[in-house]
Amino acid sequence: MKARVFVTLKPSVLDPQGQAVAHSLGRMGFAEVKDARIGKYIEIELTPGSGGEGVEAARARVEAMCRELLANPVIEEYRFELVDERSSSGAGSAGAKERQG
Amino acid sequence: MQVAVIRFPGSNCDDDVLHVLRHAVPGVQARFVFHKETELGACDAVVLPGGFSYGDYLRAGAMAAHSPALAAVRRFAAAGGPVLGICNGFQILCEAGLLEGALVRNASLHFECRDVHVVVEGRPTPWTGAIPAGRILKMPIAHAEGRYLHPEVERLEAEGRVVFRYVDDSGGETEAANPNGSLRNIAGVTNAAGNVVGLMPHPERAAERVLGGTDGRMVFESLLSGREGRPLRV
Repeated sequence: MKARVFVTLKPSVLDPQGQAVAHSLGRMGFAEVKDARIGKYIEIELTPGSGGEGVEAARARVEAMCRELLANPVIEEYRFELVDERSSSGAGSAGAKERQG
Repeated sequence: MQVAVIRFPGSNCDDDVLHVLRHAVPGVQARFVFHKETELGACDAVVLPGGFSYGDYLRAGAMAAHSPALAAVRRFAAAGGPVLGICNGFQILCEAGLLEGALVRNASLHFECRDVHVVVEGRPTPWTGAIPAGRILKMPIAHAEGRYLHPEVERLEAEGRVVFRYVDDSGGETEAANPNGSLRNIAGVTNAAGNVVGLMPHPERAAERVLGGTDGRMVFESLLSGREGRPLRV
């Protein structure tokens, strides 16, 4: 199972890096760009869990990883999805899309 | 007075801090404690030096905050021991939750490396006691992530926990004097108990005349002087 973790700056936190990117895109002729915000994408490979309860357990563990290390709750928020690659339905099959602030 | 200087992989001001403590501050001894140590040993104060601990991976200070030595620093701080975080050390203390707030990318997006002025204020701390009230210190900064943010800055101010603030050379709290876009020109803060202090400027780089200034030495000399209050800015 894989966890795909997205860490983004809280909307209230100024993102000068994102502003610089938006400015560059505008200068390159992408006039439709209003704003850009930079975040992080972290892919975590998990050892296979056992049965259906594995997903719930994995979700709780990834939640703890986000809270304790991957995101800084003062400035960032996170969301993640669990992807069971053995399943035929592909991305999101573990049914987990979490959002936390 | 024995000071433990924590050395992380990627620390690069550790030797400077040790040198200043040993040779520029009479009455102080100092030694390194490696990041893998689980005990600090007998010591009266702890300094977390500047640098790029663990390569600044993920976020500056994030990895170091979970190192074995930090668990020991956490116990030392909880018992009231004086702890100082300089630059990356400040970032580590914020990531570890020993200080409130966070340090993010400079508003300028540049690595800012130059002398700044800070005024010393706020509640008593073991790291500011020897500095005369309202004294403006000239010290260098060298960082890319020094923009201090705090979700409840009014409370921090009301509790006198802003202890260093960027000003111009005549004490004006101006935007031009703020090198990184920090909230309220904040350059350094303390915890609720007043024993843990973090600041972005480098006092160890301004502690000897041969290096152009000795203002920073007062931060370390404060360890020997007991705790005196600074005027509270309300």
